Amino acid sequence: MKASSRFARIIHCLSGAPVLLLVFAGMLHNPPPAHAVPAFARKYGLPCSACHVGWPMLNNFGQVFKDNGYQLGNDRDSPITRDASYFPIAVRMTPMWHRESANNQIVDATPGDASVEAGRAYSTAGFDLSGIDLWFVGTLYKNISFSVLPSSDGTAAFHFENAFVRFDNILGSKWLNFKMGKYELDLPVSEKRMLTLSNNGGFYYIYHFLPYGDSNFFGGIGDNQLGVELAGHNSNSYTRYAFSVLSSNDGNPNTPYGRTMDYYGNFDQAIPAGSLGYVRMSGFGYFGQSPTYYLTTGGAAIPGTGIGNEPFYRVGGSVRWYMDKLDIQTVFLHGYENGYLANGIASNTGPLPAGDRSAQWNGGFVETNYAVTPQLVITGRYEGIRMSQQGSESTASNLGDLDAFTVGYRWYPMMYSRAGLAWHQEYSVVKSQGVGNIGGVFAPSFNSQNVTSSSIFAGFDFAF
Amino acid sequence: MTSHKIIARFILGMALAAAPAAWAQQSHIGSLSGDGHRGQELYRRYCVGCHGPKGDGKGENAPYVIGPLGDPPPRNFTTGTYKCRSTPSGSIPYDSDIYNTITRGVHTTYMPSWRALTPQQRADLVAYVKTFSSRFKNEKPDPAIAIPAETAATPDSIARGKELYQNTLKCGECHGASGHGDGPSAPTLFDNLGNKLPPYDFTSGLRFKCGESDRDLYLIFLSGLDGTAMPSYADFLKGDQAWDLVHYLRTLQINTPNAGKKQ
Repeated sequence: MKASSRFARIIHCLSGAPVLLLVFAGMLHNPPPAHAVPAFARKYGLPCSACHVGWPMLNNFGQVFKDNGYQLGNDRDSPITRDASYFPIAVRMTPMWHRESANNQIVDATPGDASVEAGRAYSTAGFDLSGIDLWFVGTLYKNISFSVLPSSDGTAAFHFENAFVRFDNILGSKWLNFKMGKYELDLPVSEKRMLTLSNNGGFYYIYHFLPYGDSNFFGGIGDNQLGVELAGHNSNSYTRYAFSVLSSNDGNPNTPYGRTMDYYGNFDQAIPAGSLGYVRMSGFGYFGQSPTYYLTTGGAAIPGTGIGNEPFYRVGGSVRWYMDKLDIQTVFLHGYENGYLANGIASNTGPLPAGDRSAQWNGGFVETNYAVTPQLVITGRYEGIRMSQQGSESTASNLGDLDAFTVGYRWYPMMYSRAGLAWHQEYSVVKSQGVGNIGGVFAPSFNSQNVTSSSIFAGFDFAF
Repeated sequence: MTSHKIIARFILGMALAAAPAAWAQQSHIGSLSGDGHRGQELYRRYCVGCHGPKGDGKGENAPYVIGPLGDPPPRNFTTGTYKCRSTPSGSIPYDSDIYNTITRGVHTTYMPSWRALTPQQRADLVAYVKTFSSRFKNEKPDPAIAIPAETAATPDSIARGKELYQNTLKCGECHGASGHGDGPSAPTLFDNLGNKLPPYDFTSGLRFKCGESDRDLYLIFLSGLDGTAMPSYADFLKGDQAWDLVHYLRTLQINTPNAGKKQ
């Protein structure tokens, strides 16, 4: 399922009217497209575990392979070196059972009668389907690779999650690799390769968060973006960099929003720690702008003509420690939204009203993954976000703050180089401050209540 | 059979089953000491698909890595025979030789570079790989081949190398007159396990199976590639002749921008 649309709904819920977190959670119920490519395992004869801590999460060998443009570099990467029948496609889907629940939800006191509302907790549960990923990815020639990933939601409504061509080792240097298309930003911890899948735990909140009342269409650095990337790395990818110039459209095709460019950069350095593995440190930043109004015709906005652009940014850092079987990953992020964006005000209307200002927040997560064996990985994560400045002085200072806990495990009953199957169980709970029934009229006693929602997930995740 | 005998036989059986892993569980590469137990888990994660759980080169993918180009099958570790060594032909390699092969991979085969693993992990893998052959228990590696300082790659040196290649040693019989690996004997070459093994094509790149530096190439001439048709020329190359051959072979690497340049 497309992450940007998923989070557009989150934003709507947080900034709009009656909040039905449970409902939106149910609507979202599709694990984000996650990247594991049995096609590569088939091509090179390596088991999934060679590139993945537990698929889809990459280990360093997998990172080097990816950084090399999906090449092992032994003059056996070009399609001409493979059997002519080899076809670079991978399929992934997850049949599952899941349960979603949330408290402080507003419902009609009498079903069917909208005149009287009440607040209550409720849950939904049942068997379900994730979306499907049909991933074509491989090399076109030595040092030229490609990726096309049509991805659907649970109803088989498709979009292009990514699509790019990449040129590697330009001028014979690992430090010069160029990519154009739609792709995942070079984040310190990949959201597309995370080991958690549930509604509440299937993404990193800090990668997508927007404050209450914000009008920015930007779905966050976790969304795949459209643009070009220059990237490089050393031979073991202990030193890496990536710099992107991106269209200000949050990865949406047909340039529906702005005409400006955004910029993203990441620098990543690993330091060997002897028998204790290695430590990675990185710094990253996304600097963008977003229109606050559009040219119109007949009063309706003309897509792609966004003007009155105002800035926003996300900056952060990461420290990740990779030991023998255990990794500990911490990511910190600071977010900023210009006052016009933060309050949903067109910038051609004059100065900001008194009391309105930029919005800023801090967030981060700590995630640990323990590979008991290559076929059993236990994962746990805490994530928190705290507003440091609301867009409006009148807004409660902690509105939108959240705490999220996720625990789970993945068991890979078989592990070989043709396909992958994982039994996945997960529990995730999220507490959001003051987001219940914001602005609600009929049941004011439930306004701005804290909302706690939880997900229980159990399913078979398979890839071929 | 009494229960005591059954238990005794069970214990004996378990001990015998564990025997291959009970020795040669360490490796030493510089300041690194590898542990075979850790290496076993790494082997299972990274190597088993090709080299197989028994280290006999019969992993589930072994039949497929040969590919349309006729690449060599995965190494059978149980024989204790290694191509890339710093030791004379017939000797087992040093731990550092196996470590270097794991680190750089084997060019033009499906053995990738495992430089992405930490040095400790690679040392652990070496320790485990050694457990597959009793040679590492029973033998010591011979002293490493001494490599003298490289001579200048002069036109005279290259001419002497050409004479060695084309006439004296007749390298072209296998590798071809122009180094394309298409000599008249090429179709007849097999490794010690009966697998067809074409000679190396020097024009395929700057790297060789056992390294890419001039010293690596020198070493190949002196050590040979055990288990293949490439013999050691230690008894035939005198003085600086091996360097002359190195300098000539570099001129055959016509498809690489740095062909002929000193490494």
